[in-house]
Parts: sequence; structure tokens; C-alpha cells
Amino acid sequence: MPTSTSAHRQIRIVITGHVDHGKSTLIGRLLHDTGSLPDGKLAELEAVSARRGVPLEWSFVLDSFQAERDQAVTIDTTQIWFRTATRDVVIIDAPGHREFLKNMVSGAAAADAAVLVVDAAEGLRDQTRRHAYLLHLLGLRQVAVVINKMDAVDHSAARFGALSREVERYLAGIGLTAAAILPISARHGDGIAAYSDALGWFGGPTLLEVLDRFDAARPAVDRPLRFPVQDVYRTDGRRIVVGRVESGILRVGDRLLFSPSGRNARVTGIEVYGTAVPPMEARAGQAVGFTLDEPVYVERGDLASHEDYPPQLTDVFRIRLFWFAARPLAVGDRYTLRLATRRVGVTVQTVEKIVDTDTLATRTGTVVARNAVAEVILRTDTLVALDGHADNPATGRAVLVDGGDIVGGGIVGMEGYPDQRRLMAAPRTANLHRVDHLLTPEVRARRLGHRGAVVWLTGLSGAGKSTLSMRLEQRLFALGYHTYVLDGDNVRRGLNADLGFSPADRAENIRRVGAVAALFADAGMVAVTAFISPYRADRARARAAAEAAGCPFVEIYVKASLDTCERRDPKGLYAKARAGALPDFTGISSPYEPPESPDLVLDTEVEDADACVARAVAFLTTRLGLSVPDSTPDGV
Amino acid sequence: MSRDPVSSDLEELEARTLYILREAFAEIRPLAMLWSIGKDSTALLWMVRKAFFGRVPFPMVQLDTGMELPEVYEFRDAMARDWNLDLQVVDCPPEEVMDPTLPPGGRAAARKTEGLKALLRTHGYKGIFLGIRRDEQSMRAKERVFSPRGEDGAWNFKDQPAEFWDQYKTEVPEGAHLRIHPLLHWTELDIWRYTRQEGIPIVPLYLARDGMRYRSLGEKNITVPIPSTAATIDEIIAELETSRTPERAGRTMDHESEDAFERLRRSGYM
Repeated sequence: MPTSTSAHRQIRIVITGHVDHGKSTLIGRLLHDTGSLPDGKLAELEAVSARRGVPLEWSFVLDSFQAERDQAVTIDTTQIWFRTATRDVVIIDAPGHREFLKNMVSGAAAADAAVLVVDAAEGLRDQTRRHAYLLHLLGLRQVAVVINKMDAVDHSAARFGALSREVERYLAGIGLTAAAILPISARHGDGIAAYSDALGWFGGPTLLEVLDRFDAARPAVDRPLRFPVQDVYRTDGRRIVVGRVESGILRVGDRLLFSPSGRNARVTGIEVYGTAVPPMEARAGQAVGFTLDEPVYVERGDLASHEDYPPQLTDVFRIRLFWFAARPLAVGDRYTLRLATRRVGVTVQTVEKIVDTDTLATRTGTVVARNAVAEVILRTDTLVALDGHADNPATGRAVLVDGGDIVGGGIVGMEGYPDQRRLMAAPRTANLHRVDHLLTPEVRARRLGHRGAVVWLTGLSGAGKSTLSMRLEQRLFALGYHTYVLDGDNVRRGLNADLGFSPADRAENIRRVGAVAALFADAGMVAVTAFISPYRADRARARAAAEAAGCPFVEIYVKASLDTCERRDPKGLYAKARAGALPDFTGISSPYEPPESPDLVLDTEVEDADACVARAVAFLTTRLGLSVPDSTPDGV
Repeated sequence: MSRDPVSSDLEELEARTLYILREAFAEIRPLAMLWSIGKDSTALLWMVRKAFFGRVPFPMVQLDTGMELPEVYEFRDAMARDWNLDLQVVDCPPEEVMDPTLPPGGRAAARKTEGLKALLRTHGYKGIFLGIRRDEQSMRAKERVFSPRGEDGAWNFKDQPAEFWDQYKTEVPEGAHLRIHPLLHWTELDIWRYTRQEGIPIVPLYLARDGMRYRSLGEKNITVPIPSTAATIDEIIAELETSRTPERAGRTMDHESEDAFERLRRSGYM
């Protein structure tokens, strides 16, 4: 990025903190001390203050609503411009009251940096901590802390030191380091542009000096291209795809991939109205339009990228959420998710943890109350294209909408969830032709005495899948069935020896097993599989593979609680996972999504293995209509 | 000099405005834009043409009190012709029927509010674009980009919708509408620098003649010119860079009482 013009770029700084700790006063003082108040404003403030019988009230610069002035409370966020010696600053005032949290977030989300105001006498309060937590959650990493009203504590260096350490401890707890912690007195202007003798012991920078050191956010030119489609316009016989480049660079001639549809086409021109020479590229931050070489169907909500660096596709992900609707968020609730220009229906699948922003303690629960922060698993109605927030903030954050109102928002985490893009990939070559077998399923069934099927066992490690599958295989074989077990450990020795245990590799593991099981079933066998297969989407894909081959698919949930499985720990894996030696272990550091409507549940905590196998055999012979051959069971 | 496409702060401001215009166009119908013929709404109109590749896909509405200066009407008619605008001129109701407790400047403003309400009743617009800026006035500084207004046009400023990460409230109940503010993030100085850069036409009253010019252009009964020698846009920019006089110093209604402007905005004023 060129730096020659950076001095022109304004920086946006949000002022946050607990109510009455002096945010609005600080802003009024900043304006005054930088000579930014318009002529007559000071006289107006003096007049208004006199009329209300109060000393000169700097906060009246910003608290422009009557209700705000009457109650000396900031209700809504506001923005005001001023200049330091080196640049233009937009100050965003954020209300401190708990009930105006949505207004605080509305202001803070637009900021490049933040000042957290702490009252020297009162010290840290609940909204001080909550605001600090939210700043971090919103992605702000530049935070200065001012210990305000130092005049009220006799300019005590000891008091300042104690509060500084308390602030540092809290910020360290959320992974944040303050750019500076300063003693000031906003009402008297001490520490804003200069220090008086009273705070002369500090010897550190003034607030204005700290603000001058903050960096304005830059458009993310260095990240992979992300272009959320806003609309498609028909103009003069052309179809122009419009939107804003959120990250990366879009060039004429680029081949673009549109997600989630997977369609692709080449950029033939970038459209900017009123330019004599059309540009050859558009960079992050620019709002443009472009035309394509093929009339592929593109619509609002699609996310364009380059083919080499696509966003992830998923229908399930984790969101670190702040919630400000009066009605709590609960497991099973339905909302509309908005992610860039995309809208999709979403269900709350799990509330993983709720964060107490005061103590940073977390607890479990199924309900997230107003103004709380939580980690929540969301399941979308259809696949969406997104990025983890750390990879790309613009496409890694989303808001939830209820009845037309934005009621919460948060940042996306994909840890523990696979990218489903490669799993649903079409064959990599177009030169494939399906070859039909001359033998039909009916012919095979007549020879073998029964039809092929896939019996899919899913459950946590230690739930009993391997044990039950082997005994099921033995029983079915004894009854005359042609059957074979595909077991997780065995398959990974050969077919899937190249795969690890990352979410993507685990999903690929299941994709291959699903395909192999479908081939077995097509060959007339009863293929029994024993895999944790933690993701619902992967199991759905395995079902689709079997059904595409014309074979029944039976999902059996081998059920046992995490506690029980961990106690059994037949392979010692839970112990390793708890010790941190297994980074993606289902149930510990990676999610398990139980089947929503399994064909059969075998609860291994309630029934012993014999009973489970007997029920499975009874179910399979009935449900699948397998005709038992006339041979006599040989004593199993 | 080679121009880096994202290095200019004006291009960033413009990109944001184009994004907002396109979001509104994608989400809300029917739409109209209030065009006061002043520098801000004319700059906005310029960006509408950019956003939609030379088209202006919704009507431009002038709330006309009949009290504009002649130069304003001339400019309006010339631009409507040159840019092929769908111009709707709404005659505002007379001052006599306004709330008599309002100060005189406020009554003039209230006429426009009533004109706007009549327009909404007649055409059922769900979204109205307005060229207001946060730095104009401290009440406007508290606005959202997409600001819902109740059935009577009232602004519930105590409970404004959440708005962040370019996600806006785009649904309102039947009878209500959204005020859409694509210029909130611009300053007066930004608008003039952009007007200069783009060569946007302006009403000549902004340029000084005989030591006076209009800095803010309202009706002739409620706006007064300020002393100035700035006869070109370059000179206006130079003047603003050092001035500490508020932009709306020449507007009477802003100064009539502490809460005059709040009362106006709450009841639906622009």
C-alpha cells in the first residue's frame, strides 16, 4: 500500500466505558483542546449549562437530545470530526448504559481504535469490562485506556498504579494489550493535550500523542479476493455484476468462482461509470461492477473469489456472538443470518458456552440472555460461503435478524468443522462417462438371496461401534448374508492412509468410506460401517451415495454419553486428547453432531452388546425386507 | 501522476455511498430521493448516476415551498433536462396551517415535513434517500444510515436499530418508511473536494459575489448569505479549511431554541 496519502485517511476512534466515567466530557475536551469547536459553541455550552444551573458541561457537545441532557446520559452513538496536528479523526461516542449496548456496538464496529475510559474513583465496572470484551470481539486490537477524573483521587500515583494493574490483568485475560494506560482529568483538560504539574509525576504520553500513533484500518488488498455480489444490473444489453471488493484485487481476465453455486466465468471488463478508460483492476475497498464472458447465473448473495483461494462452504459453524434482543436466544430458535450480502435461514444448534464478561468465567446453558456473549453453533438451511474471521474479517462475521431487526452478531470460527467444498466436488475431469453394468441388482439379489445395503453406525469414540459392528457381521453371516464391515481403524491403514484428523481430512475419510460402502452394496453385500462420522452433512452424503446406487441406507446411532465413553476409553484416546496431544478429538476439541432422526438407536449404556445386536438384526431383517435364505443357521 | 485507486480518501467515501445506494436499491421498493438542489444532494445525485451506470432509477423529489431563490429553480430545470431525471415537485402546504407554537424558521421547516408526509401518503414510498451529513448538526450526527420512521414520519431516536458491518435494517411495517442517508459519513469539506474533483455542477449562489455567498442553501426567508470572498470552489475549500464558523450559521431555525431542531427531526423533518 502506498503511504504517501495515509495522512489524509481519517482514523475512527470509539470512546467506550462505563456510564458516568466521563466519555462525553472527554470528547468535548478533545474538541476544545484541538481547537475543533466551532465558533460560538463554547458560548452556547456555557449558556445551556447556566440555564440548567450546572458548571460548564462539556458533554453537551455530544449529548444533543433533550433526554440526554436532562438525564445526563448518552443514549445513542454519535460521530464528530476533529483534527490533530497530523490527521483527521472521527470520534465515535458510544453510550455506556447497559441497555444501550446495541448502540455501543453500532458505534464501535465502525472504529479503527478505541479509548476505554475508567473512573479513577470508581475503578473498573461491569460495563468497562463488557466494553473491553466487545471491542476485542469486534476485532479491535488498538486500545488505549485512560484513568479519568484523577482530580477526584488527589492525582494519586498509587491509585493510578493499582487501577493500571487491574486493567492490564483483565485485558490479558481476553488476549489484549493496551497501547497505553494514561492518567487524565478530562473536565480540566489534564493529560489530553498536555499534563499539568498535578499529574507531572506520570511523564508518559498525552492522549493526543497516543491517538496520533494509532493506525487507520487499510482495505485488505493482501488477502485473497472476496467480492460479495450486491446485485446484477442489465444496462445497455450488458449484465453488470455489482458490489464492493472486500479483499484482494479483481483484474480483467481473472477466472472467478461464485460460491456456493460453484459456477465460474471470466471477467471481461470492469465497469466504472464516467471514466474514459475503463480500469483493468479493482482493489479492496472499491465499489465497482464487472461483466463476464459467459452468461452464468449469478445473484445477490453470491460470493466471488479466485478459483485457487475460495471461501469455505459449510452449513454449520461456530459464532462468537453478542446478543441484544429482549427475547433470549435459545437452542432450536430460527433466525435469518446475514453474511455480507447473503441471507439464509439458520437454526441455533448448540449453545457451547456463555461468557461472564465480568469474571471471564464460562458456563454451559441452552439460553443466551440479552446483552450476553456466547459461543454458539449455527446450522444454515443451505450451504453458505464464508471464511474464519481470522482469515478474512469481512466474510467471517455475520448478524442475526429476527422479525426484520438485527438482534445479534458475531465472528465466525470454523475450528472443528470441515470445508464441504471439496467433498461435494464434481469429478475433476469432464471426460467421464457412466458405464452401466450388464448385471442388474435384481439378478445379483437372486443369486445371493438378498439385496445389498449400507448399515451405517455412528457414535462417539468408545460408544461401542466396532464391537457391535463385528458381532452384527458375524450374526448376519451366520444367517446367510453376504456382509463385510468397514471399520475406521482398518480403512485408515490402506485406502485412507494419506488422511489425517483435521476436520477436512475426517470429512474426506467419510466421503471415501461412503463411496466404497455404496460400491459394496451395489455388489450385493450388506456393508456395515463403524465410523465416528461426527458431521451430519457427511452422513447425509454417504446416504446419498448409497441411494444413488439404488441401495437402502440404514443409520444406526450407537449412543453413549461422553462421560461413559471417556470412562471406557478403550484406546486411551480420551486421555491423550485431554492432555492436549490430539488436537481434533471428537467430543473434546471437535464437535459430534448426533443424528436427528436415526433409523435405529442402540443405547450401549442401557443395553448390553447381545441385546443391541439382537435388536439390530431384528430391525434389519424387517426393515430391509431381507429374505432369509432357506439354509439353517449354524449355531451362532 | 499515477493514481492508486484506493489511496484517495474521497474514493473510499464514494465507494461507501455507492454501496449504500445499491443495498437500498436491492432491498427496498419503491424508492425516491429528496433533492433539495443544494450541494450535498446534488453530489449524491451524481453518485446515484455512478452507482447505476448513468441511470437514475427512481424519482427525484423536490419539496417546494415556492420560496427558493430563482437560481435554484433554474438549476433544477437545467439538471432535470440534462440528466433525464424523473422529477417530482411537491408543493408544500402553506405556513398558516403549521403548528403556531413553532418559531418562524421551524414553521418553514415544518412545511417541508408536511410536504414529505403528503408525498409518502400519495406514492407509498418505502425508502427515501436524503443527503444529510453527520457533521452538519448534532442531531443528524446520531442518525443511522437506514433510519426507520413511523407512520406519522416520527423518529424514535431512543430506540434506533442496531447497524454495523454494513448490515442495515431494511424492513419496516406497513405504513412506515426508511430514511436512507448515504452521505452521513461525509463532511462539508469532503463534499466540496469531491465536487471539485468530479466537476459536479452547483447552483452559482455558493460562489461569492460582492463579498457574500451562501454556505448553506435554504429558502430565501430563512437562509442568509455569509461574508466571503470565495468565488471558486478552490477558494471555498481554502476558506473552509481555516473557518470555525458552523456551516448552518446562516440558518435561522437551528438557533431559535435549544431543542428546536430536535422537535423538528422527531416529528419527521429531514
